Order: sequence, then C-alpha cells, then structure tokens
Amino acid sequence: MGILEVKGVNKRFGGLQALGDVNLSVAENTVHAIIGPNGAGKSTLLNCLVGKLIPDTGSVSFDGKSVLGRTPFEINQMGISRVFQTPEIFGDLTVFENMVIPAFARRDGSFRMHAFESVSNEKDICIKAEQMLVDVNMQDKIHMHAAALSRGDKRRLEMAMCLLQEPRLLLLDEPTAGMARADTNNTIDLLKEIKDSRDITICIIEHDMHVVFSLADRITVLAQGSPLVEDEPHNIRGNPKVREAYLGEAA
Amino acid sequence: MDAILLQILNGLDKGSAYALIALGLTLIFGTLGVVNFAHGALFMLGAFCSVTLSRLLTLSFETIDETKTDFLGNPMKVKTPYVEAWFGPETGAAIIDWAVPLSILFAIPIMISIGFAMERGLIKHFYKRPHADQILVTFGLAIVLQEIIKYFFGANPIPTPAPDVFKGSFDFGVLLGFDPNVIIYPYWRMVYFLFAMIIIGGVFAFLQFTTFGMVVRAGMADRETVGLLGIDIDKRFTMMFGLAAAVAGLAGVMYAPINSPNYHMGMDFLVLSFVVVVVGGMGSLPGAVLAGFLLGILESFASMTWVKSILPGIDQIIIYLVAIIILLTRPRGLMGRKGVMED
Amino acid sequence: MLGLDKKDTTLLLVVIALAMFAPFLLNPFPSGSAMAQFNAGYPDLMQRFVIFGIFAIGFNILFGLTGYLSFGHAAFLGVGSYSAVWMFKLLSMNVVPAILLAMVIAGLFSVLIGFVSLRRSGIYFSILTLAFAQMSFNLAYSVLTPITNGETGLQLTLDDPRVLGQSATDQGGIPVTNFFGIEMRATHTLDVGAWSFDFNAGYYLCAIIMIFAFYISLRIFRSPFGLMLRAVKSNQQRLNYTGLNPKPYTLAAFIISGMYAGLAGGLMASMDPLAGAERMQWTASGEVVLMTILGGAGTLIGPVLGAGFIKYFENIFSKINDNVLHQWFAFLPDGMEDTLVFLVHPFVGKGWHLTLGILFMLVVTFLPGGLVEGGQRLSRLLRRGRKDEDAGPDPEHHPKETPHVAE
Repeated sequence: MGILEVKGVNKRFGGLQALGDVNLSVAENTVHAIIGPNGAGKSTLLNCLVGKLIPDTGSVSFDGKSVLGRTPFEINQMGISRVFQTPEIFGDLTVFENMVIPAFARRDGSFRMHAFESVSNEKDICIKAEQMLVDVNMQDKIHMHAAALSRGDKRRLEMAMCLLQEPRLLLLDEPTAGMARADTNNTIDLLKEIKDSRDITICIIEHDMHVVFSLADRITVLAQGSPLVEDEPHNIRGNPKVREAYLGEAA
Repeated sequence: MDAILLQILNGLDKGSAYALIALGLTLIFGTLGVVNFAHGALFMLGAFCSVTLSRLLTLSFETIDETKTDFLGNPMKVKTPYVEAWFGPETGAAIIDWAVPLSILFAIPIMISIGFAMERGLIKHFYKRPHADQILVTFGLAIVLQEIIKYFFGANPIPTPAPDVFKGSFDFGVLLGFDPNVIIYPYWRMVYFLFAMIIIGGVFAFLQFTTFGMVVRAGMADRETVGLLGIDIDKRFTMMFGLAAAVAGLAGVMYAPINSPNYHMGMDFLVLSFVVVVVGGMGSLPGAVLAGFLLGILESFASMTWVKSILPGIDQIIIYLVAIIILLTRPRGLMGRKGVMED
Repeated sequence: MLGLDKKDTTLLLVVIALAMFAPFLLNPFPSGSAMAQFNAGYPDLMQRFVIFGIFAIGFNILFGLTGYLSFGHAAFLGVGSYSAVWMFKLLSMNVVPAILLAMVIAGLFSVLIGFVSLRRSGIYFSILTLAFAQMSFNLAYSVLTPITNGETGLQLTLDDPRVLGQSATDQGGIPVTNFFGIEMRATHTLDVGAWSFDFNAGYYLCAIIMIFAFYISLRIFRSPFGLMLRAVKSNQQRLNYTGLNPKPYTLAAFIISGMYAGLAGGLMASMDPLAGAERMQWTASGEVVLMTILGGAGTLIGPVLGAGFIKYFENIFSKINDNVLHQWFAFLPDGMEDTLVFLVHPFVGKGWHLTLGILFMLVVTFLPGGLVEGGQRLSRLLRRGRKDEDAGPDPEHHPKETPHVAE
C-alpha cells in the first residue's frame, strides 16, 4: 500500500479522453517519476492529485484518506506540496516574506487571525525561514523582491517554500524545464540531497531523461492518458513499448 | 394582459439604451480587454452632441421689427436664427425642429474622433496594466469629461425636444383590439427602439460580414494568435474603440428627448450598464443586448403598482438583485464564454 | 514602543504630532490677512480631515493589502451614520454608544455583503459591491423611509425619546452631542497676536480615534495577518497551494475595513447629528477610492495624506473665484492677467472636481504609489543630487534595498 494511491481515474474534456483508467501507487520515501510524450495527460493527472481538477470517476487517496472533493489548501494541509512548471511565488513580496508564509501555514493551519502579532517577533518562524534559505543557498537574496529573481532562483525559492512545510509528498512539475545544463545539475543535486536527508516522497513529472534516470526509483510511462508501463528505471530504458510511444509521437 | 403589454413596451426604450451602452462596453472589453468606466461619459457626450447642435442651429441675429413694439412702446427686437435666414423661414424651422435626428450625422464623426483620441492617448497605455488600474484611470477620465461638460453647459438638465412629428403617443391598444388609451406609447420611444435595433443590427452585421469584423472577432477569441498571423490588430482595435464610442454616443444623441441631458447622466447609466454587461456575460455581444432588454423590461414590470404592493421597493433594486443572483449562480452570465475574466 | 519597531514608532509619533497640532499647522496665516482664506484650521474642516482619514485607512486595509477594489464602501459609512443618529434619537446624546453601535452595525452589514461579494474576485467583485451599495442607497431613499427618513435625511427632533437623556433641553432646544458631558461643538479659541487658533472638542475626539485607528492599521500591516493579505494580492494560487485559505483572510479584511467605514460614519453623525442617503451613493464610494489611490494605496500614511489632500483642496480650491485670481495675477500686464485668469478659471472654484479628476488620472498613470511614492522619488532624487555634488559618482554598487512595506 503506497502513500499515494490512484485507482481507475478517468477524466474527459468534452470529446477528449485526457485520462483513461489510470492506476498508480507511489511507495513511501521513494522518488516516482511520471514520463510520457506531450499530451499524455501528465499535468492533468497532477491537477487531479492536488484538487485543481476533479476526476470523473475513480479514487485518489493520500495516506489512506481520499483527497477527492477537498480544496487545494486542504490537500496541502494533508501533506502534499506542489512545485509548478512556471514558478508560482509571491512576486510582490521579498524572498524572506515568501519563506515566512509557508512557515506560518505549517504552524497555524489554513487560517488564523493573528492581526496583532508582529512578523518580526515570531522568532521561531523567522529562524526557520532563514535556515531554509541557507539550505538552498539563497541567503544573500533574502531582502530581494521575489519578482526580481532569476528564473532558476524563482524555482529554487518555490522549492524551498514547499520544503519548509515539511510535506510528506512533494509533487514536481517539470522542475528543470527551460533550465541550462548547469542549473539542471544543481537541481538534481538539490533533489538528491532532499531525498537523502528527509522523510519525503517525491513524485516528479519530467521530460529530461537525464533528470529522470538520475533520481527516480520507479517510473510510470503515460501515453494517451493511460499508464503504459510501470517499472524500475533500468527496465524502462530500452523497453520497446516506451520507445514506440515516444517515436510514434515523433513520427 | 394589457398591463403586461404596456410594461413590456415601457421597458423597451430603457432596455434599448442599456443594450446600446452595454454593447459598446462589451466591444471594448471583448476586443481590448479594457474595463472602461468612462463609457457612461461617452453616452453623456452623445446626448450633449444633440444639445450642441440644437444650440448651433438656433444661433440667431437680432433685427429690429418696427411694426411691433414691446410693452414699453419701444420697437421690438426679433431674433432670427441664421438657418432660417439662409434657408428661408420654413425650411429653417424644419431644420431646427429636426435638430436631434440631425445630430446623428453631427455626432458620428465627433464620437469616433473622441474614441480614437481616448484609445491612442490613454487606454493604449493600460492594456497590460491590471483591471483595477483600468477602472481607476477611466473613472478619473469620466470625472474629467463630466466636469468639462458641466463647465460649458451648467449643472441643470437641458430639455432637448424631439421633432414635432414625434410628439404625442401611439395607441397600441386600439391596434390590438383593446379599449382606446389603455396601451399608449410615445412615438419617440418607438423611434428610439427602432433606432437601437438598427444600430445593434448594424454592429452585428459589420462584425459578421466584413473582413474587418472577422479579424476583430478572431481577436476577441484569441488575440495573440491573430497578432502572430501578422495582422496589425492594434490599428483595428483603435477603430473598434471608435466604433464603441460612436455606438454609445448615438445612444445618447437619441436619448436626449427622453431624458433631458445633464452632466451626470453618464455616471447614472454607467453602473447599470456594467450590471447589464455582467448579467449578459463579460465579452458576449448577444448577451449584452439580451440582458439590456431583459433588465429594462424587468425594471418596468417591477414598477407596476401591484408588484410594488407585494414587494415594496422592488422597483429600486430589481436590477441589482438580478445581477447579484446571476453573478453568484452563473458566474459567466447568461451567455458568457468560458475563460473570459475567470479568476 | 507598543510592539512597533523604531521606524514605525517614528511614523506613529509623526501622525500623533500632526493630529494634535493640527489647529496650529492648519492656520499658518494671520486671521484677517489676504492669505487667511487658505487657513483650514476651522473645526468643521479639521473634523472632516480626520474622519475621512479613518475612512481611507480602513479602505486601504482592504484595497491596499488584498487588492480587492470595493466600489461600495460608502454604504458602510451611511449605515454607520444612520445607526449613530438612531442612538441619539433613542438612547442619549452621548457619542460613545452611538459610535459603538455604528461600528457594530456596519460590521454586521459588511459580514453579509462581504460574504456574498467575496465569492468572486477582480472586476466581478467591484461590480458586486457596487450593486450592493446602489441597492442600499435606493432602498434608503425609498422603502426604508421609516428608518432613514428618505430624501430629507434622518434628523433629531424634540419628540425623540432619548431614554437615558432628555428629549429637549430646558430652553426647549434639541440637546447637543457630547462625550460624557463635553459638548462636541465646544470650541476654545486662542488668540496669539494676529493669529487665532480653534481647539474643538469634537475634533480632538476624532483625532484621538484616528490615531488609534492608524495604530491598529500599523499593527495589521506588520502582522502575519497583514502578510497573508498581501499574499492574497500577489498570488492566490500559491497561497492555496501553501495550505492557506484566502477566503477568511479577505473576509476578515473586508469586515475590518467595513467597521472602519462605520466608525467614520458614526463620527460624522456625532459631529453633526444627521444622516442622508447621499452618503451611500457610489460616487461617495468613489471618493474614498480617490483618496486612497491619490495618497498611495498599500502604504501606511498614504490614505491619511490623500484624505487630507482632497478635503483641503476641495474646500480651499472651491473658494478661489475670479476676484482672487485677479488679485494673484495683478502684478502682470492687464492682457496677460486676463488670459491667465481665463485659463485657470475652469480648474478652480466650482471646477475643483476637474482638477481632481486630472490629478487622479496622472497619479494612476505615472505614480501608482500615489503621493507617498512621489515623495520617495523626490527625496531619492534630492539625495542622489547631493551625493553627486559631495563625492562625485558613488563607486560602490548599492543594491536597491526593498523595505518590508513602504511607509
């Protein structure tokens, strides 16, 4: 029984079958990659996991509890964090303030009327935020506006915000898309370190096979909305069905 | 039955005005993505085109008529409008009498130029700014425009009569077999309704059957792609703004005899037209027209005595109430498209 | 001090000083001099400065922090005024229960409107609030006449019960509003040489409440709650995926700002015990939007400055007539004098709204941070100018520091 169980999920958009009978089981404390050609339904699946979309049929459960019908913030409070394909951060706020918000969310839950405390007096929160910025090597940018960061830094900030919540499941949507090789390698190192140092399950959607094979413990290949194969990385490499799915699309 | 018919008729002229203003608002919103709080002011400017033209036409020179004397026994000064002097008394008087319809010709170039100037001078810089900024700056513009009008025309409503031919009312009841004087409807309101239908039909035909309209409709659906096709969409959007301004202006021109123009009539109509747009569905032209008439008619039904006796005050709030219910239950409005302003 | 850091304490002290010494600051010209018409230190106007200051501070908590643009805030002000006048009619002429009731009723009203309106965002939210406010305005004018007294407006009469007070004074007049016996209209005039300064009890009550209201908003801006509100403005999607529910945060902000508006309405009625429906009209809501934006939305001091600015110029500008203009330009040759008077004329006197509209458009277009941003840019420019003179161009590269919240 994995920490994340997806059973028989279907999702249609008008005439398009985006997801057809998807079954997926992600084991705790592993890195599970979901790959597949464009339009295979990877992002739709991810949206079904975090409450942005509701599947037409099927069930999604996290840690034994169903996530269906819950709002994104409730699902997040259950322990699922998501990093977006294009970084979603609080652009108008400073890097430090960006970090403080998830720290409050982790401590106080989805709403608390703390209108008369001062952010700077919440020592434990501030220390935690600063520490995490040191961990991701961004301490020198602590007072910058988040919107002014480089794309790579934005993604790092977003990842740091997610990690600060100590999620049990981290969902990554193409975390290296559009990155230079060096940045990609940095991200791989960062993710490896996260995986080794914490109790965390990572589910990653990725196009870059280099990233996938450096990180994944297990890989699911999605094609045309349905899982094609699920196996260990070394078995996926050279699997004729996978090759066909990709080449078939390319041709 | 007769009462219902009467209320429908009564709702038509107000509904026409709502529909015309909302149509312009939607054109601007749908094509340019701009929320224009100055649109009511354009309506008001149109109404003042009527006022201006009738003032211009009645510009007079004074002559002394020796045959008449005033009550002091002095020779009386007689004012003769220049048009009467130029075209002869009868034609001249007819021209003056028809000032409001003539204002249509006068208003079209004026309103289009105002629209161009507004778009090029101000709105253009706000395409990429948040909607809140657009609302704020056009709200500021609306204040400026109405203050300018107030400066030149004063704060009081200025009666601007319709041509004499259209004075009086038409007895619809007799036509349909009811007793006389049960369903009577002023001629000018009928004219206004027909006029509105022509304008609305014209705008739709223009968008439907011309290449220009096709590009604009494509732009409303997907601005970026049209831009990528190498079509200079910006120029067309400027023209759309001119068109929308003209529609609002014409709605105002013809409304002048129904409601004497005053400088804040734009603001009064603005709130209602936004409500109309929202009810019809942001970005939907048929929705704007439909909602305009629907709300106009609903409003006149709500002001029936027996309705008011059951629900006191309903006539004052019906439109807002409908808007709130629609916004909460059908966020896209009656005919709104998916993905327009959904956040 | 009071849980504020040094910079905020200074800011608060500045506001306190401005409010306390306003009777001096606003009357810089000797009475009777030609410039005396620019004095704004009379009780009526000073009261309006601070009351609208409170209104704008409250509006800023909603718009400045969350970015939700409400076009219906005047409804809360109106409701506050009506509640306060009813308190004067039924209970007593003491302003304290009136103000408290005004806040409570406006708060309840904003729970209702906020709960419904906040189900949508962006332009839809603006239109929903607009619709609610217009509805309240229309109802106050028509069916609710028993409560609002319709077009005439709600006034005190000699037959009002006033269970804890008296229906009529011994002289047979309507009693005046007071704060535990201190009459709101009580004014002490201090003459110093050619100058005269008015100290009005009502003004000081409003000023103290305004300082308190400013302090609360300061605390909210610096609190985790305020941070969440700014996060709502910045990126709701991320907030949701960070496990925070934006709804209760925005609703709380809406209610707080509604209560501020109610407080302002209650104070307005306390200074002058009548209430009319026109206070609820959407153009009145537009006015507080103008004040906040002009001063600087999202900044602390901006709304207060904006309110003061608009109310000052509304009063002063509208007093400038052609005679005054002729006096000003008298030193010029006649032809030029007349031309200048002719050119300036549309913008002053009754044309004040024209000036306001133009100013507002300029601010929205070029200075989104309002007067506060203008001041900051100016001071930065001056500082850079001075530095250039002193030491030439600065060889070190200073990364621009971004404050947590602009002042």
